[in-house]
Amino acid sequence: MTTPLAPPDEAGVAEAIRAAAAAREPLAIEGNGTKRALLRPVQAARLLSTRALTGITLYRPTELVISARAGTPLAEIEAAVAERGQMLAPEPPDTGAIFGAAAQATTGGACAQATVGGIVATNLSGPRRITVGAMRDHLLGIRFVNGAGEVVRSGGRVLKNVTGLDLCKLLAGSHGTLGVITEVTLKVLPAAETSATVTVAVPDLAAGVRALSAGLGSPYGVTGAALLPQGHGDLPGPVALLRIEDFASSVAYRTGRLREDLAPFGDVSLIGAAASVPLWRAVRDAAPLAARAEEAIWRVSVRPSAGPGIAAAAEAIGGRALLDWGGGLVWIAGPATEAAHQAVVAAAAAARGTFTLFRGPEPLRAAVAVLPEEPAPLAAIAARVKAALDPAGVLNPGRMRAGG
Amino acid sequence: MIALPPPKADILARRAEIVDALRAICPGEATISEPISLKPYETDGLTAYRQMPLAVVLPSTTEQVAQVMRYCHLNGIRVVPRGAGTSLSGGALPLEDAVVIGLMRLNRILEIDFDDRLAVVEAGVTNLGITRAVEHEGFFYAPDPSSQLACMIGGNVNMNSGGAHCLKYGVTANNLLGLRLVTPEGDIVEVGGAHLDAAGYDWLGLMTGSEGQLGIITEVTVRILRGPEGARAMLAAFKGTEIAGAAVDAIIGSGIIPVALEFMDKPCIHACEAFAHAGYPLDAEAMLIIEVEGSVAEQDELLARIKEICARFDPISMRVASTAEESMAIWKGRKGAFGAVGRISPDYLCMDGTIPTGELPRVLKRMGEMSDEYGLKVANVFHAGDGNLHPLIMFDANDPESFRKAEAFGADILKLCVEVGGCLTGEHGVGVEKRDLMTVQFKAHELDQQRRIKSAFDPGWLLNPHKVFPLADAAPAA
Repeated sequence: MTTPLAPPDEAGVAEAIRAAAAAREPLAIEGNGTKRALLRPVQAARLLSTRALTGITLYRPTELVISARAGTPLAEIEAAVAERGQMLAPEPPDTGAIFGAAAQATTGGACAQATVGGIVATNLSGPRRITVGAMRDHLLGIRFVNGAGEVVRSGGRVLKNVTGLDLCKLLAGSHGTLGVITEVTLKVLPAAETSATVTVAVPDLAAGVRALSAGLGSPYGVTGAALLPQGHGDLPGPVALLRIEDFASSVAYRTGRLREDLAPFGDVSLIGAAASVPLWRAVRDAAPLAARAEEAIWRVSVRPSAGPGIAAAAEAIGGRALLDWGGGLVWIAGPATEAAHQAVVAAAAAARGTFTLFRGPEPLRAAVAVLPEEPAPLAAIAARVKAALDPAGVLNPGRMRAGG
Repeated sequence: MIALPPPKADILARRAEIVDALRAICPGEATISEPISLKPYETDGLTAYRQMPLAVVLPSTTEQVAQVMRYCHLNGIRVVPRGAGTSLSGGALPLEDAVVIGLMRLNRILEIDFDDRLAVVEAGVTNLGITRAVEHEGFFYAPDPSSQLACMIGGNVNMNSGGAHCLKYGVTANNLLGLRLVTPEGDIVEVGGAHLDAAGYDWLGLMTGSEGQLGIITEVTVRILRGPEGARAMLAAFKGTEIAGAAVDAIIGSGIIPVALEFMDKPCIHACEAFAHAGYPLDAEAMLIIEVEGSVAEQDELLARIKEICARFDPISMRVASTAEESMAIWKGRKGAFGAVGRISPDYLCMDGTIPTGELPRVLKRMGEMSDEYGLKVANVFHAGDGNLHPLIMFDANDPESFRKAEAFGADILKLCVEVGGCLTGEHGVGVEKRDLMTVQFKAHELDQQRRIKSAFDPGWLLNPHKVFPLADAAPAA
C-alpha cells in the first residue's frame, strides 16, 4: 500500500473518494487503524484515513448533544463531557489491549487512539448497553461521504427525529463499507454521582444468568450485569456482578435491596465505587477473558438465557468465556483454528444468535465468514443497498463479507 | 389536497380480476371491495386527506401477507400497509390503484419471556396491549405514544413512535430486538432476533421509522422493562417562556433526567384548564410538568432537588404531588390537551417539529408573531427535555381558506424548526403531510440517496410510493 491518504477536511475526503471511484481503485477506510485487525482484511490500492478530521464542533451540555469530526480521539470527547459531569452512556470499549500489538505496528510503535468515527462505524458498546442502548442508539446525526464522493447528512442534533430514512443506523456498524463518516453528533447523558457493584458467588453459569435476570428484572435500575466464570479477586468463579449508578443515597438504597433480593442465588457482597469503576472498565474491555496473543476472540450475542450454553461451547473447544449484557453477550477466547470457529458459529446459530470473529490471524479471517451469512433475499437487498451507496464498490471491499 | 401520483389505468381496469385473486389468498370477508366497506380505509388520523383504495385485504398470517405481496409485485400493483390508522401524518392514506394491507388481524402475542425481558408479538397488537400482557409481573413496554390504546406495534415500528417518557426510555428504535417482515417481492425475512446488536448491516434500525417504504412488518420482538417502584409529578409555573426554558436547562444540567418533562404555553394552559379543571395557574406564561421515578424516598429527594432548582427562576407557583392521585391530577390536563383544544376550536392541526431546546424562546416568540400574521390561534405542548414541539394550530375546516392558511402556518413552523437546527418531524413521521417539505431539510442529492436505498428494497416503487419523498421525483431512481 502506498502512502495513506489523510485529507485535512471533508472536501478532501470527498475528492479522494471521487478519484478512487473514477479509477475503480478500492480504498481501505480507517481512522487511526486501532481496529484494523477486526473482521476481514481489506484488499485495497490505497488507505484513506479520517485521522486528520479532528475537533469537537459543538457541545451543548444542557441539550445533551456533542458533535465532533470523525477523527477526533474518543478519549478527547470522553474528557470533554466528563468535565461537565456527562458521559457517552453506551460505554464504548477500548480495544487497545485486544488489538494492541497489531495496531501499534501500523503506527510505528506509537499507541494509536481510537477515533469517534471508528467507534460509530463499528457500533461497539460496553456493559451499559444492556440498559441504555448501543452506540447506534446514541447517534443523533451523521455526515458521511458515499462511494460516489457525495457528502450526505442524516439525522441532526436533536434527540427526536424521524425525518426520512435513518441512515445513521445504517452507517453505524457498517465498518466503512457504505460511506466514510466525517462527523457525528452523539447524545450524551449525565454521569452518575457514584456507583457500586453487588457480587453474587453463584454455583454455575445458569444460576449466574438467573441472578442477573433477577437484577435486571428488578425496579432498581441495574446498569451493568456481567458474569465472570473464572471469578474475581478473592472470589472464585463463577461470580455475577450487578452495577448500580445513581445519586449516592439511591446507590446505597438500591444495592441494599438488590443484596436482599439476590441472596437466594449465592453469597452476596458489595464493591464500592473505588473498586467498582476499574472492575467495569475491565469487563468493558474484556480483560477478564485474559486472551493470549495467539488466541482468537469471538463476540457472540444471544438471548441471555442461552449465554451459558455458548460458554459451554467455548469450553468444549478449549477456550474461555466472559459474559456481559445479562448473559447475552459472550466474549470467547480460544484456539485460532477453523474448527474452533465453526464450533462457535454452530453454537451461535443453535441459539438463534449472532457472532463476530473479533480477532484472529489474517489467514483465518480471510478464510471464514467472520459474521453470520444472510438469507438469500436479504443478501440480495444488501448487495443493492451497497450499490446504492457505493456504486463503484471502492469502500472497504471485503471488509465484512467475501466479495462484498 | 396534496397531489397523489396518477393511478395506473390498466390496474383500475383489472379491478375485478385483482379482487378475485386477492380473495383467493385472503378468503371471504378478509378481502374488501364494496365501496361502503372500503370507506373506513380512505383516511387515518390526518382526516383532511381522503382517498378510497382499490381494495383492502386483512391477512391473518405472515404467509398470506407474503402471497399478497408476491401477487402485487408480479402484477405491478401498488400497496399501502395499514395498522390502526392512527397516523397523524397520513401514513396510511391509500391510493386509488393501491391494495391496502390491513394488519389488524395479526394480533397474537406469540411469546413473553420475563427472564430474557422480551415479548414477540404480531404487528397488529396494540402498543398498550403489550404492556397489558406483561404488567401482572410489574413489566411494561416503554414507548407510550398518546394513541397507545389504539395504535399498533407494527405502525409504531414504521413511524419510530415516541411518547411522553422517551427522555428516559428512548423511542421505539431503542426498544426493539427483531422483526419479521415481508419484502416488496414477497419474501419473508427476519432481522435481529431475541438478542442485541445483530452483526452485519443494521436492518432493524433502517426499517424502524421507514414509514412502510421498505417492507411489510408482520412480527416484532420488543424489549420489556420492569417498571419503577413508583413515580410522582410536580408542576412549576413561570412568568415567561424563556424563564421556563432556562429552568429546563438547569434541571438537565444538574444531572437529573426526569422520566417526563412537559412544557405548556399560556394558550395551552388555558385550554386544558377550561377542559379538565386540573388547577393549572392561569396567570402563568409557561408551565412545566416534571415526573420522577423511584422509591418514595428517592422521589422525595429528586423532587426536592428539582423544586430547589425551579425556585431559582422566580416561579409563580409550584405544586409537588404527595400521592399518586395528586400526580394524576397534575397529568390530567396535559393528557387531555388535544381534546381541550378541540373544544375551543372546531378543528386543529397537530404539528410535530423538533428544535434544539436552547432555541425554544426564539421559536415560541416567532410562532406568536406568525399566529398574528395568519390570524390563527396556536397552543403549544412540548416534550421539553427532547425538544419535540407539538403546536396545535386552530382553524375551521368548513372554511377552505382557513384550512389553507393553517397548512401554510404549519409549514412555516416546520421551516423555522429546520432553520434553528431542528427537524420536520420528531415522532409523527413525514407521511404525505410533510412530504413536500423534505426539500427544506435535505438537499436534492441527499433525497436521491434515500430514494436509491428505497429502490434497493422496492425496485418497482410499489410500496407507499406517494409518501416521504416529494412526488415530482418519486419515480424509480436510477
